Amino acid sequence: MTATLTPRPAQTSPEKKAPQKKVRLPLKYRLNRFDVKASPYLYVAPFFILFGLVGLFPLGYTFVVSLNKWNLLTGPAGFVGLDNYVTELNDPFFWNSLFNTLSIFLLSAVPQLIGAVLIAAVLDQNIRAKTFWRMSVLIPYVVTPVAVTLIFSSAFDEKYGLINNLLTSFHLDPVMWKTETLPSHVAIASMVNWRWTGYNALILLAAMQAVPRDIYESAALDGAGAVRRFFSMTLPSIRPTMIFVIITATVGGLQIFTEPKLFNPTTATPGGPQRQYQTTVLYLWDLAFNRQNFGKASAVAWLLFLIIVLFGVLNFLISRRIASTEARVSKRRMARRLTEYNRNKIS
Amino acid sequence: MTTLTEPRPDTHPSPGRGAQSKARKPLGIDKRPGFLTYGLLIVFFIAGTYPLYWSVIAGSSPSSVLTDTWPPLFPGGLFWQNISAVFDTVPFWMSLLNSVIVSSVITVSVVFFSTLAGYSFAKLKFRGREGLLVFVIATLAVPTQLGIIPLFMVMKQFGWTGTLGAVIVPTLVTAFGVFFMRQYLVDVIPDELIEAARVDGASMLKTFWHVGVPAARPAMAILGLFTFMTAWTDYLWPLLVVPQNPTLQVALSQLQSAKYVDYSIVLAGAVLATIPLLVLFVIAGRHLVSGIMAGAVKG
Repeated sequence: MTATLTPRPAQTSPEKKAPQKKVRLPLKYRLNRFDVKASPYLYVAPFFILFGLVGLFPLGYTFVVSLNKWNLLTGPAGFVGLDNYVTELNDPFFWNSLFNTLSIFLLSAVPQLIGAVLIAAVLDQNIRAKTFWRMSVLIPYVVTPVAVTLIFSSAFDEKYGLINNLLTSFHLDPVMWKTETLPSHVAIASMVNWRWTGYNALILLAAMQAVPRDIYESAALDGAGAVRRFFSMTLPSIRPTMIFVIITATVGGLQIFTEPKLFNPTTATPGGPQRQYQTTVLYLWDLAFNRQNFGKASAVAWLLFLIIVLFGVLNFLISRRIASTEARVSKRRMARRLTEYNRNKIS
Repeated sequence: MTTLTEPRPDTHPSPGRGAQSKARKPLGIDKRPGFLTYGLLIVFFIAGTYPLYWSVIAGSSPSSVLTDTWPPLFPGGLFWQNISAVFDTVPFWMSLLNSVIVSSVITVSVVFFSTLAGYSFAKLKFRGREGLLVFVIATLAVPTQLGIIPLFMVMKQFGWTGTLGAVIVPTLVTAFGVFFMRQYLVDVIPDELIEAARVDGASMLKTFWHVGVPAARPAMAILGLFTFMTAWTDYLWPLLVVPQNPTLQVALSQLQSAKYVDYSIVLAGAVLATIPLLVLFVIAGRHLVSGIMAGAVKG
């Protein structure tokens, strides 16, 4: 680019008066050169400066805080090395929060993925009023997590909630949604599932639509039914997108806060009277801003950060492995099936 | 990008190609689906909308309705009464205005800086470009939310807590926005167009403004939509820095932070607070759908 542009000042300048030429040409030339060289950096600089200041610096400084005894009000009170980490790793409440986070995450990720695949498969058919149905599965997404939690925590109310009312009307025992561990996890996971399943279904739908139609046609021609086609063709080909959905669900799911925070406002400890559904970010919040222990809370933040990074790397490695073996296996499988079908047709 | 939403224009045979479509039908691939499909779609629709509809019912009825075994089918007549209780409990209009300001400023900032940086990464050549781009991609998955403790200390130090600036500043830029704009612009602007503008004597900034921005507009709209929604739904950070000068989500959550929770008022508030995004959804839902399908991820 520089090569094609530099001659420009030289070409235009002969039209100008001779005395000015000596002064103006080098300046204009240099300005242009500076423009070309510096502009790319100037355009990306605001992002890097701002992101460094408000994104990376706080994260890094969290580590510094975690190495100190540090109170919210009185500030730093001495370097303690990794003591905060040791204390937290021996604290049953920390492990409890981690267990709750993982349990809620699994209860939301697995049904969500299955539901999203099902919805996407239904939407992938040649239905009438496509846009309407696609939009309709996205409606929960525009209800904010705070509103979702308020709605669901009323429905899951133990005494007057809609769900327990229905259960008793069928002569079933009411479930203690807000005081028992597993039911509370199910309730919180259902909020996440309600809001995100349709969203993820649309991502998977896009992946399904990218599968070439003639593959389906030739399989159908060879006698593969709709169910068979779905399991041996659709599912394998959307696997990379499914992994993408899982990764984003992991990063978000491990930081869940709003739903457990607002699920039952009447308890003194956030996350249930006996911390039945206190997630790690909620535990961090309680430690930092209720118990005012910034040092320990920062250690928790860094432990969670490492766990999220670990999950991210694992996801990445697994998905790369699957992608490479998948490509080989599916090619072989497809070839084998095609020959099988052809043989069956002949005989 | 937009083509992704309709990626197989040739698969649904138009009525004009009668012979061909008749030949295809027995294969059962593109035939119109039957009752089962529409039945499932209706189930999804009810599952997606009933909790909202139920909030409308409960929010417009006395709280005694909640103790009934079967919820009523239609809304009651107490919506305005419950709403005025909401207005008495929390500063609804102020928080709505706060949310509009916060989300708009964040959206303008994220879209502008992302377009600028994304354009540079996509179309300008400079030393270190690949390395910096890898850095951007690597930070996509970094949970910056975990830096709230130092961020809170800084806001307190500057005396910003309680002001909207404290809510806005931490999300002025996102790595996702830069990556998203870069991915879009890399294919959509031909290099020749930029070179032509440069040969015509446009400065780099003018070239960006007159070539880059017009080409980026569709992606800017989608990025803006998602950024706005993410900023609007944010709860943890605003709760921390502006509990007294709340955004809408914080005010909404304060409806139930009492010893006794009156669910009909809480749900009336939840319905009221959902209306702005529902309006946005009616206007721009189509673009949300195509944005998600084009690969826009969670913010």
